Amino acid sequence: MSPERLSGWGRSSWSVSDVDYVRSVDDVSTALRNVSERGAIARGLGRSYGDAAQNTGGLVLAYSANGAMSSEVSVLELDESTGVLRVGSMVDLESIIDYCVPRGWFVPVTPGTRYVTVGGAIAADIHGKNHHRDGSFGHHVLSITVLLSSGEVVILDRNSRPSWFWATIGGMGLTGFVIEVTVQMIRVSSPLMNVRTQQVSDIEHLMAIMGDTDEDDTYQYSVAWVDVMSSKSGSGRGVLTRGNHHNEELARESSSSTKRRSSKIEVQRGTIRVTAPKYLPKNLLNHVTVRAFNEMWFRRAPRRPTDTTESISSFFHPLDGVQHWNRLYGSSGFIQYQFIVPLDKGEVVQRVVQEMNSAKLPAFLAVLKRMGNGNEGPLSFPQQGWTFAVDLPVRHERLTHVLASCDEQVLDAGGRHYLAKDAHLTPKVFRRGYPRLSEWQSTRDEMDPAGVWQSDLSRRLHLGKGH
Amino acid sequence: MLNGLGVARTIVLFGGSSEIGRETLLELLSPGVSSIVLVSRDIEKVAQEDEMLLRKAPNADVFHVRFDGADALSMPDVVHEIVDLVGDVDVAIIAHALLGDEVDAFTDAAGVSEIITVNMTATMTLLYALSTQMRTQRHGRIALFSSVAGERVRKANAPYGASKAGIDAFALALDHELAGSGVSIVVIRPGYVHTKMTAKMKPAPFSTTAQIVGQKSARAIKGTSTVIWVPSVLRWIFVLLKMMPLKVWRRLPVHD
Repeated sequence: MSPERLSGWGRSSWSVSDVDYVRSVDDVSTALRNVSERGAIARGLGRSYGDAAQNTGGLVLAYSANGAMSSEVSVLELDESTGVLRVGSMVDLESIIDYCVPRGWFVPVTPGTRYVTVGGAIAADIHGKNHHRDGSFGHHVLSITVLLSSGEVVILDRNSRPSWFWATIGGMGLTGFVIEVTVQMIRVSSPLMNVRTQQVSDIEHLMAIMGDTDEDDTYQYSVAWVDVMSSKSGSGRGVLTRGNHHNEELARESSSSTKRRSSKIEVQRGTIRVTAPKYLPKNLLNHVTVRAFNEMWFRRAPRRPTDTTESISSFFHPLDGVQHWNRLYGSSGFIQYQFIVPLDKGEVVQRVVQEMNSAKLPAFLAVLKRMGNGNEGPLSFPQQGWTFAVDLPVRHERLTHVLASCDEQVLDAGGRHYLAKDAHLTPKVFRRGYPRLSEWQSTRDEMDPAGVWQSDLSRRLHLGKGH
Repeated sequence: MLNGLGVARTIVLFGGSSEIGRETLLELLSPGVSSIVLVSRDIEKVAQEDEMLLRKAPNADVFHVRFDGADALSMPDVVHEIVDLVGDVDVAIIAHALLGDEVDAFTDAAGVSEIITVNMTATMTLLYALSTQMRTQRHGRIALFSSVAGERVRKANAPYGASKAGIDAFALALDHELAGSGVSIVVIRPGYVHTKMTAKMKPAPFSTTAQIVGQKSARAIKGTSTVIWVPSVLRWIFVLLKMMPLKVWRRLPVHD
């Protein structure tokens, strides 16, 4: 155990925690026996953007990348006939995809990176491009085995102790240490994706296309990149990308003469192609460079809907090709601002885009997605509506004010913010977005009466027991 | 801990009615601030001006904690009370002090004792209590309002000047002790500041306003300096004044 300076993926909220690299449930239990009043939190691959997986002055139970892990936290067992996966909390989605796709199964939900652990996927109740049809990760979880702060191990599912189950999904690691999970995987017959891409002139138009559920729901995956900086005063032009898993049998039937790229299911590994250098100029991503990039990105997309076949990694995880891409923002880091508003409040997204456009904030990764139904997790982020996420460098004083104004509009519309991304909310603002907070807190108190699970996020948002 | 945008989330002001303290606090406020704690003797009076704070920090909760600046032994409890209310303290501003210009030092032993207790003894126990808490948090910044009066003490305000000399020297040593812990102290040495506390005094050269001191102090709190002077030219003036032989110093027209 040694003090280490940690931050989230955004590299903007740093703090010093005592880090214990755990390899087994025994390691975790031992660490918990001597935990200080500053408590402990689990940390996977550090892909939450803000301060969820760090604990200033306290203990962090970290994913141990080197050295063998015990079977409980690294188990990976697939029932090939039913698609039920038993998986340890410290296994990442990359390992699952690599193992399962050749066997005809795919993760039911994947975010924009495959470098997240199963524990993190539960804690943040992650979502992906298929939320409008398939919901979030929690929808597909059959059971969770959790080590409580008391040392007791419990198996949670929808029928036994449902409130504990749902408090853990989206509970930001504050209910217990997830040991393993069973998940229902989805069937795929190919490692390829059929993708349709098109330019869309403005955000209103984008919402009209994505909001046409009859059509949009024929795609299992649907997401749009939005140009927040386009010169037409924040019109929010974009590139809409939608796709389905390639169906090998259907394809063979329709064009038996065409030679397919892959005759047997073989996953293309998400190999890292480039690594961002450690030291980069602070101002690399500025108003000018990002605008030029956005222009290029928009023009690269076909004007009319065009169909292509892509690999799983290029469709789902394009950014994983650049290792440490978060360094591009320089030493002061960045934040990702992600919120959701109800479907009939789409104009809030438009106003946020306009506000960021007029504040001249260099934003190049902005995505819009229509989400489907939420689940029963009181702290689970997704709900039916429009979610918008944008990466913003932390350099400009005005950012605080711009975000405060956006927060106000989001909350007035009945929306909320995603905790796995958040780094700036205050308790007062956060509470407005999560009306079921007290319900979650009382379940949390049952599961962790001593208030051992704590993180910088829990202290910042007053989630824990007596903060 | 600062939030992802570099904003101190929990700010505590000791001496909730101090003009310099409030100006500094106002400069630190933004929509990212989540808790403001005003520690003072007369919390009802201080609470009347919460509105002004909320205008700059609309997403914050404002708390009031009562304390007696002369009760040195109560300071650890005061800090505990604050932590129970808001959790970790990111920034603490120590702005309460007694000038004691109405005390006849030669005859009023209690008056002299109170000046020293408030400005030095109780501030010292407070600094220790805050450092203990912040060391546990592994982060925190403390701003202590000292004064140029402590740099070369004049007969006109000898107890005040001596108490500031003492606490200033102590705070620098404590900051040294805290090095590497994530906790640091900035000692702020303003010159003559036009406030209600100094209204009856004769303005000294290079006088300044509470607003300017607030701006400079807020900048120093966000930064990493250990000592700042307001205005900054005073640093060099006092280099000269301190080197001056006693006989020359006593003849300067600054002693009444």
